Amino acid sequence: MADTPHIKRSPDAGSSSGKLTPSYLDPDYQVMGEGLTYKSVTDKITDIVLKLKTSKGWWIGFGLSFTVLQVLVVSIVYLLIKGPGIWGVNNPVMWGFAIINFVWWIGIGHAGTLISAILLLVQQDWRTSINRFAEAMTVFAVMCAGLFPLLHVGRPWLAYWMLPYPSTMGVWPQFRSPLLWDVFAISTYLTVSVLFWYLGLIPDMATLRDRATHKVKKAVYGFLSLGWRGAAKHWDRFTTAYLILAGLSTPLVLSVHSIVSFDFAVSNLPGWHTTIFPPYFVAGAVYSGFAMVLTVLIPVRHIFGLHDVLTLRHLNSMSKVMLAMGLVVAYGYSMEAFYAFYSGAQYEIQAFQNRMYAGPYAWSYWALILCNVAIPQLLWFRRFRTTLVPLWMISIVINIGMWLERYVIVITLNRDFLTSSWDFYSPTIWDWSLYLGTFGLFFTCTFLFIRFLPMINVFEMRELIHHVSHHHHVEGGHGADSHEKSVAQS
Amino acid sequence: MSHTVEIDRPEHYGMIAEFDSPEALMAAAEKTRDAGYKQIDAYSSFPIEGMVDALGQKRTRLPKLILTAGITGMLTGLFLQSWTAASTLGITIGPYMFYGYPMNIGGRPMLSLPNFIPVTFEMTVLFAALTAVFGTILLNKLPMPYHPLFNAERFSLASQDKFFLCVEARDPKYDREGTKAFLEGLHPDAVEEVEH
Repeated sequence: MADTPHIKRSPDAGSSSGKLTPSYLDPDYQVMGEGLTYKSVTDKITDIVLKLKTSKGWWIGFGLSFTVLQVLVVSIVYLLIKGPGIWGVNNPVMWGFAIINFVWWIGIGHAGTLISAILLLVQQDWRTSINRFAEAMTVFAVMCAGLFPLLHVGRPWLAYWMLPYPSTMGVWPQFRSPLLWDVFAISTYLTVSVLFWYLGLIPDMATLRDRATHKVKKAVYGFLSLGWRGAAKHWDRFTTAYLILAGLSTPLVLSVHSIVSFDFAVSNLPGWHTTIFPPYFVAGAVYSGFAMVLTVLIPVRHIFGLHDVLTLRHLNSMSKVMLAMGLVVAYGYSMEAFYAFYSGAQYEIQAFQNRMYAGPYAWSYWALILCNVAIPQLLWFRRFRTTLVPLWMISIVINIGMWLERYVIVITLNRDFLTSSWDFYSPTIWDWSLYLGTFGLFFTCTFLFIRFLPMINVFEMRELIHHVSHHHHVEGGHGADSHEKSVAQS
Repeated sequence: MSHTVEIDRPEHYGMIAEFDSPEALMAAAEKTRDAGYKQIDAYSSFPIEGMVDALGQKRTRLPKLILTAGITGMLTGLFLQSWTAASTLGITIGPYMFYGYPMNIGGRPMLSLPNFIPVTFEMTVLFAALTAVFGTILLNKLPMPYHPLFNAERFSLASQDKFFLCVEARDPKYDREGTKAFLEGLHPDAVEEVEH
């Protein structure tokens, strides 16, 4: 009760409880629990970092992830000693797991950018409590993704050859190749994602600095906060830059996955050479990204008791985005099939027949349809969107489905133009161990992030409280009109 | 009176008043601005719309900088590709000479602009984004590990749940007693003098 004055805008409103519930909203549709104040929300989120004892669950999770990370280390070391011959890649299927996992991880990363940038531009206030987490996921996922092409080049210590620098060899990168576009797209994407994430963290670092009691923590967070004071002009520049970055990130994320799809679509191979690839790759990326956010957030929400900042509203909204993206992806699959047959090109038709029933990997196509198209239809039902365990399972199924999608696309190559060059592709133990190892990297980073950085954007939560309470006491003061919009559209 | 100011300046950074809500801070900022104070600033734990105007400050010029950087990035990307992939032009930088190295790739034209779009676009975004982030940090004069305001006892709440208005001692209208009385007239929760 001591905190309630902070959210009371006008003394005559008669709401001594200080609750933030916009009365016209369905309880399920609140973006945050009742009675949160600037102080309570600040304390709640920063205490996870500063005060709470490291939980047993965290140690188990971190220990497990760190162990799996060692699998990555071993896989990379052995790969560097022996070369990519330890993988199952062969002549028709030259990219194999490396490109499947690369595209899969990049796709997962895209949800972070989508949530933090696109939802900011369209003023969806429910993004506030998930954007920090999703941005962190983006950074970690892009790190995992980048490993694969880097290792697939065979001699990663020469990877800098791909950069445009004046070399003694006299040649420059081949700017007409989608693989080079990838270099620019992925490195730009990683840079922008890290910067966007860090910029958003600066004010929260200042909060941690000011709340920390331990000397070392105070120094470290103080260092990271860069001496942020929250002056009006600071915020003016900050919000301007943040909004423009969101505007830049939105086309960036679309361009990155379009360029990733160009790796396939620009080539002249049956099953790959289609114009539908860029849009449906982007939709697929968002699809898998949201699924991964749910896969990770649902347990985290439970472990850290974040039910009032990560409400059913968030899960419901994310499920709806997933469902919509799933339908776009399903449309992509059907158009892919339609154009293969409509084209009249026999190689295209044959590639699709192989993919669907005539080839040795037809099972993977139907597994993909099951995971990505059939099962997610359950999300039409509100019960599945707001019940944790089924939703969590559906999100995992979608993750598997999206991995299978890339598998199906890549494996199509096992039967290309000439029958004499047909071959089977089967991943080796080292393919699997490298893939498994990247989970170790991803989750080790995620656990460290949860423990040492505020996983929910604290200043935006305070801003949200300000806006929501404004709506509650509409008569109260400045800016109420503009703030109303963001609340009212829910 | 002006004599006092001369003495005060080196000793004090200014005077801060603490408020409980963004609205109270905004109202106080407007009154302080209207009272003729120029060197004032407001501190809050989240952005407050319109605060810059309430303080009589100018909006940031960051958007223009970012646009310039974006265009620079675009031209850089376009030039890099057209030069290296479509010309043999030699460029001297210091003691070194660099040459383009055009190659026939699948019979495409040397200046194959559609193929140059992705890299050009990425360079545009990269330059603009770097400017947005580093522009924000540097124009805010960060990193600045020490600032007199951190000496104020309750200023650590500025990043949590309190709102502060500061009148700086370098303001010509600043005088210890008068400013203190003025700030107290704004009904803050507390007024505190900030040491250097």
